[in-house]
Amino acid sequence: MSRIGNAFNHGKAFIAFVTGGDPDLETTEKLIYAMQEAGADLIEIGVPFSDPIAEGIVIQEANERALTAGCTTDKLFDMVASVRKKVQVPLVFLTYINPIYTYGKEKFMLKCRETGIDGIIVPDLPYEEKEELEPACDKYGIDLISLIAPTSRERIKKIAENAKGFIYCVSSMGVTGVRTEIKTDIEAMVRLVRETTKVPCAVGFGISTPEQAAKFAALSDGAIVGSAIVKIVVRNGKDSEKAVYEYVKSMKEAVNGIN
Amino acid sequence: MKKGRFGQYGGQYIPETLMNAVQEVESTYEFYKNDPQFVNELNDLYKNYAGRPSLLYYAEKMTQDLSGAKIYLKREDLNHTGSHKINNVLGQVLLAKKMGKTRVIAETGAGQHGVATATAAALMGMECDIFMGKEDTERQVLNVFRMELLGAKVHPVTSGTMTLKDAVNETMREWTKRVEDTLYVLGSVMGPHPFPTIVRDFQKIIGREIKEQLQEKEGRLPDAVIACVGGGSNAMGAFYEFIGDKSVELIGCEAAGLGVDNPKNAATIANGSEGIFHGMKSLFCQDEYGQIAPVYSISAGLDYPGIGPEHAMLNDTGRARYVPVTDEEAVRAFEYLSRTEGIIPAVESAHAVAYAMKAAPEMEKDKIIVINISGRGDKDVAAIARYRGVDIYE
Repeated sequence: MSRIGNAFNHGKAFIAFVTGGDPDLETTEKLIYAMQEAGADLIEIGVPFSDPIAEGIVIQEANERALTAGCTTDKLFDMVASVRKKVQVPLVFLTYINPIYTYGKEKFMLKCRETGIDGIIVPDLPYEEKEELEPACDKYGIDLISLIAPTSRERIKKIAENAKGFIYCVSSMGVTGVRTEIKTDIEAMVRLVRETTKVPCAVGFGISTPEQAAKFAALSDGAIVGSAIVKIVVRNGKDSEKAVYEYVKSMKEAVNGIN
Repeated sequence: MKKGRFGQYGGQYIPETLMNAVQEVESTYEFYKNDPQFVNELNDLYKNYAGRPSLLYYAEKMTQDLSGAKIYLKREDLNHTGSHKINNVLGQVLLAKKMGKTRVIAETGAGQHGVATATAAALMGMECDIFMGKEDTERQVLNVFRMELLGAKVHPVTSGTMTLKDAVNETMREWTKRVEDTLYVLGSVMGPHPFPTIVRDFQKIIGREIKEQLQEKEGRLPDAVIACVGGGSNAMGAFYEFIGDKSVELIGCEAAGLGVDNPKNAATIANGSEGIFHGMKSLFCQDEYGQIAPVYSISAGLDYPGIGPEHAMLNDTGRARYVPVTDEEAVRAFEYLSRTEGIIPAVESAHAVAYAMKAAPEMEKDKIIVINISGRGDKDVAAIARYRGVDIYE
């Protein structure tokens, strides 16, 4: 099992997301330390892209800020290489297919392995196109994380059968962003996954409160939070460390049923 | 060839949330494309609503003035709503109706596809939402009002460069929010499979008519077919019927803005590189890290950083060739065609006219060129006036 499997060995997992380079790479580095310290079991780092079609406005703007501040894929790899010296939790990149394709698929995965990235999440690479990256991922031991959505229905089985690392269960229709209510029957989605595979399944999209995190982690193997953390970074800029630490700590406690 | 591929290009690079929806579009289309009742309904709309066949007009004065090849104009500008966009939209909205959808959404650049979609939605009783870059809503104020008049809701898009690319992003995002009752009516031969194929099939009537009409007038094939290319739907429609006729040269005219060597251009074949964006593998204007470039053209309809995957393939195989045309050349052609033939072309189509003005004098008099006049230029008059320093607004 890859390092990603470890994320699910300490009770329910709390997975934290941060956009790389927002507002700058030094801040991202500090936030990764703070999130590990606060108990995050896995950290997703967004590789900024000019046109992130699966993102809501909060993460769209984070991508724009990061690119405007001069963040590039190479600078992000350098930052990861540096944090890896102190960070043991699994690290996963979330980005779109074009930045990977243009960088060079093999070169990208090699750099992932060298710097210590364990997996990648690519929202615009569905099951039917995964051949695009899978050979390069397999060659360098990078888990290509599969996503399932509320519309996936009969597709869940074939997606789960081939899943690696963990399965990203998209809780809601639409794009990323904080939601007050999540209506999807997550339980049914997770049941279909568990009938097929032992690969863990974490729920993301729309989760922001400890109550939501506790509820969806209870139904699955963990909760993923992105936009809510990015909003804290928007409010606090370069001084977000403490607020992000407190937030992640409260969310990790919530998924473990400690209130 | 793999399904949905044009050589190495094409594919289906979209979020999982949309996969079932896109596959439903594909299977519905596969069923109806050969269904006699569907084909009859569509042909009836083409004839009695859109006004097809569109004229193939011999541009005698232009031919004499340029004193080279004989020039014909395919008058897609005479279609209902003023452009070729209606061909695709009638097909797709009819398909949406067969699928039991009650709402259509679409992106628009210049507003021509938005107007056409809003029109078809009004005709077929569909709810309609149009996404348009905020900058384009300002460049094309009249078209915004026109869409609203037709009962559509227009959403100005404020993300990114606030132009066509961002309108596509936002329409895709909207589709992931609501797929059950909604079809995304894509406006060009782009996006994920099956859209490049569906849009081409609904547009190929342009080339088929050109072939028949020219056969009637001249008893032969043209020597060249020239069309402007943004995403590439009018060009694909004009070219497709001639792909097997090797003697017919196919020429796509890209928007070079201030010049191919100036950062302010949208010439994807000239300056782009291979990438994967908006659901397709194709050529895109982008930087070394795959960040999509903020492109520019005077024409909102050609102001797009990519090109349809089938064009990318035709370029690779050499079956079609693509040439850059600047703003200045397009504006001169816009004025030239207006004065010479009394036909005001869309500034998009003026890119094709501009190239023909260069090519025709170099050709023998017994050669025949067909220029696809993809749309009419009424929408562009204010922008051209401003380009010439006359400060008027719509």
